[in-house]
Amino acid sequence: MAISAKEILSGDVQAAARLMRDLDDEIPSAHRTLKTLYRHTGRATILGITGAPGAGKSTLVDCVTGHLRQEGKTVGIVAIDPTSPFSGGAILGDRIRMQKHALDEGVFIKSLATRGHLGGLSKSTIDIVNVMDAMGKDVVIIETVGVGQDEVEIVKVAHTNLVLVVPGMGDDIQAMKAGILEIADIFVVNKSDREGADRTKQELETMVGMNTYREGEWAPPVMAAVAQTGAGVPELLSEVERHWKFISREENLERYRREKARVELMEILKKRLLEKAVDDLSRDGVLDLLLQDIARKIRDPYSIAEQVVDHKFGFHLTEGARKGKGNRRR
Amino acid sequence: MVDRNKKKTTRDRGKRLQRERLKPRLSRNPERLRRFSTVSDEEISSLYTPADLEGIDFLKETGFPGEYPYTRGVHPSMYRGRLWTMRQFSGFGSAEDTNARYHYLLSQGQTGLSVAFHFPTLMGYDSDHARARGEVGMCGVAVDSLRDMEILFHGIPLDKITTSMTTNAPAAILLAMYIAVAEQQGVSPGKIGGTIQNDILKEYIARHSWIFPPDPSMRIITDILAFCSDHVPKWNTISISGYHIREAGSTAVQELAFTIADGIAYVQAGIDAGIPVDKFAPRLSYFFNAHMDFFEEIAKYRAARRMWARIMRERFRAKDENSWKLRFHTQTAGVTLTAQQPVNNVARVALQGLMAVLGGTQSLHTNSMDETLSLPTEQAVTIALRTQQILAEETGVANSIDPLGGSFLLEKLTNEMEKKAMHYIRKIDEMGGMVEAIKRGYPQREIIDASYHYQRLLEKGEKKIVGVNCYRSDEELPIPILTIDKEVERKQVARTREVRRKRNAKRVASRIDALKDASLSRTNLMPVILEAVKEYVTIGEICDAFRETMGTYTDPAMY
Amino acid sequence: MKSVPAKKISRSRTTKGKRKVRVLVGKPGLDGHDRGAKIIARALRDAGKEVIYTGLHQTPEMIVNAAEQEDVDAIGLSILSGAHNYLFPKVVELLRKKKMGKVVVFGGGIIPENDIPGLRKKGVDRIFTPGATLSEIVEYVNKRIRPRA
Repeated sequence: MAISAKEILSGDVQAAARLMRDLDDEIPSAHRTLKTLYRHTGRATILGITGAPGAGKSTLVDCVTGHLRQEGKTVGIVAIDPTSPFSGGAILGDRIRMQKHALDEGVFIKSLATRGHLGGLSKSTIDIVNVMDAMGKDVVIIETVGVGQDEVEIVKVAHTNLVLVVPGMGDDIQAMKAGILEIADIFVVNKSDREGADRTKQELETMVGMNTYREGEWAPPVMAAVAQTGAGVPELLSEVERHWKFISREENLERYRREKARVELMEILKKRLLEKAVDDLSRDGVLDLLLQDIARKIRDPYSIAEQVVDHKFGFHLTEGARKGKGNRRR
Repeated sequence: MVDRNKKKTTRDRGKRLQRERLKPRLSRNPERLRRFSTVSDEEISSLYTPADLEGIDFLKETGFPGEYPYTRGVHPSMYRGRLWTMRQFSGFGSAEDTNARYHYLLSQGQTGLSVAFHFPTLMGYDSDHARARGEVGMCGVAVDSLRDMEILFHGIPLDKITTSMTTNAPAAILLAMYIAVAEQQGVSPGKIGGTIQNDILKEYIARHSWIFPPDPSMRIITDILAFCSDHVPKWNTISISGYHIREAGSTAVQELAFTIADGIAYVQAGIDAGIPVDKFAPRLSYFFNAHMDFFEEIAKYRAARRMWARIMRERFRAKDENSWKLRFHTQTAGVTLTAQQPVNNVARVALQGLMAVLGGTQSLHTNSMDETLSLPTEQAVTIALRTQQILAEETGVANSIDPLGGSFLLEKLTNEMEKKAMHYIRKIDEMGGMVEAIKRGYPQREIIDASYHYQRLLEKGEKKIVGVNCYRSDEELPIPILTIDKEVERKQVARTREVRRKRNAKRVASRIDALKDASLSRTNLMPVILEAVKEYVTIGEICDAFRETMGTYTDPAMY
Repeated sequence: MKSVPAKKISRSRTTKGKRKVRVLVGKPGLDGHDRGAKIIARALRDAGKEVIYTGLHQTPEMIVNAAEQEDVDAIGLSILSGAHNYLFPKVVELLRKKKMGKVVVFGGGIIPENDIPGLRKKGVDRIFTPGATLSEIVEYVNKRIRPRA
């Protein structure tokens, strides 16, 4: 039974939960509903939280949610855990640390498995964030799976990205250097009551300091917190608030929105194109034959991919789209 | 020199025998299994000889009972002097029901009491709390206020009987109630004896009946240590428990290592709180599991004694011999009981009890055969108690001290056990001690992995349980089950509400304020708690006061 | 080289429109013995299910709320404290109140045989008593629990 956009807009919890699951399972009717819902999105503020396993992401989400609720804001949480590559199953345990909100009607928690998707999010994350947005949640928090440093994907989805670091990971910071600056809008040294917290904070500050920020550019602050006790979280939230104000400036917001739109479209395209290619090739068992040929070195995968893109698919674009606003690429 | 030559010959002879006799035989009749291992999946060789103990100094490592490092026992005469204390853990329904069971057990020759509280008490909720619904009196006796404690020990002389109370997060409160009941009987705190489990670290690791976060919990514990060393000198202040760690699925080595590491954390906390080590360490005791693997378990108890003696003397520089001695209680392993063919559990328990006795335990609880189905019936608990009496009176195993000492296998296992456990302890030290390790989830994860590993071996049939994955029978002999009357909850709720109505509301309010103030200052909490329980302030109320000032602990999500 | 058969690769073909079974595993009540619950969570994961593990000390309300938001197909509960006669039916009752009666509730723990008929009558689909094997439980979930259409 398809879920209607109306049910979602009216805040029906079960309908929203079902739609989210349908999206996760990639049921076509769910995508149709999302088409209608899409224009109702864009109101929520999206907060991304990432960091290595054990950095305390869930605990921080729990704590931040508590503060947001006190301010009267409704919260949606998307928590992602890894799918086992062996069985395809997963244990999604992020709710355990969020029990304070288990009975709060103003908090909606959805646990997702990566289902083979890389980059710290699940394939459906953007879709589900959009549903929570359309439902009217004031803030949507995305907690990535704790895979490590290359979780850049979240950058493009969230307005503000927190990167959690725990003391005693000094060497890791060195290793993370390259990607981490691009991810973080705010660094959080969590568990800052632990030994070495000051050093970690200093290292991060030095790292940020070595970068030059132009006028009107955001330089990520480094905040200390203990998510377990809530120490430092109000200060952290006022930085988040400051960043929201920063990003809400006309020039920044437009850039963010375009970037997000780009990611959304590209992700959907990637998914759809691949699906279509694989579906078409699979239809008469062609795929198996091709794979066999590649394995036996009779053919090469490069030529086949080229043939698929050039010949097997016809892109019948309408005149309008073809003219379009163009120049999206560069 | 001569000795070394002799050992060399033994080794050569052993190798020759293997080559000439064992190998040809095995080529015709191979061994039953590809690999022989203990319940904890530690590999066991086919034969142990003096070669396995090469380079080991007997006097230094094994020695004599009653002498450092106490591998063979903490007393020089052991069971020839006094048998172990037969202490059956029990509690169910209302305080009246449990009091009646205590009188029965004492009349049947039990020599000490052991109280099981129901979960609401253990978690700091009164019986009329919403979270207590359905739990009242189910898994132990309901105690909300001093009134319940008075009924529980009615007619039991607290200067003559020692009592063990399995309580952790609210241990201070229940000890205070026990002291108050004793005072009502005219028995001063200096004269009462017994044990509170009071081991919060293993709650975080395995048993999960916690209320407050680790740091304030450790403070409550050091307050108890200080208070008891001054006022209740015969009380065992912490029963450092491996039992629940094992029940949660750990290996024997993990049980040993994590328990001793907990012990280290308590001693360190006491010292850090400014109490001289020899003032409180003699009142620390241990509590281990008796699982299914015969020699592994006995080796575990022996290794534990030796490790603790060394740690107390060398690491903490304790001078009093009593600080070095690891005294322990044992309970047979609840997880090994099967619901299938439950009468078989009597055999399991008898063997486990035997292990504990051969390992030199100071007190013993033998499980009843029906405990995997419900709390035990009177008949089942009597059989369990009789099992201990048969061990003590009929088998002759209590006639000689550490009768298996000197066995090549057992001495080797004891050494191995100590080595592996010390490896864990060093790792935990590197993390900054057990409190830190727990915050990181280290022991929790190790245990989950071990329990899943065992479960997989069981499913593959590489480990066997009679009646479960081998020798199953279609027809099960049903056994009688104890049921808890639904009326218990209603009556208990009514009683607690009546207690609240009848007490002096003004004094109660001021006691609760005093509790909060004390918890925010550095005052010892014990006297303040004692004053509160005497005014019939309930467990739930005291814990609520502390929840407000100390915060609460929630499941740290290890899976 | 021959160890990369076409079959293995083809398994990663589009998963579009394929439902995955979602099961909530939780421990209602106050007892903290979660060895069983955790082992079952792992076993179900290894059987390809998505397990929402809600942890210890849950009230029936918390469990049902989570089940609603997570849109699960089944709820597996474990209790060892003896409070099953109150807590299991309470979960079923709350589900029905929310019109989520299709969610299958099963459970395990220290549960006497005599209590099982009463629990079943109150809507608990299946009770596993001590000694139930993982394969039994996984097989039950495989057979009985279907992802909703």
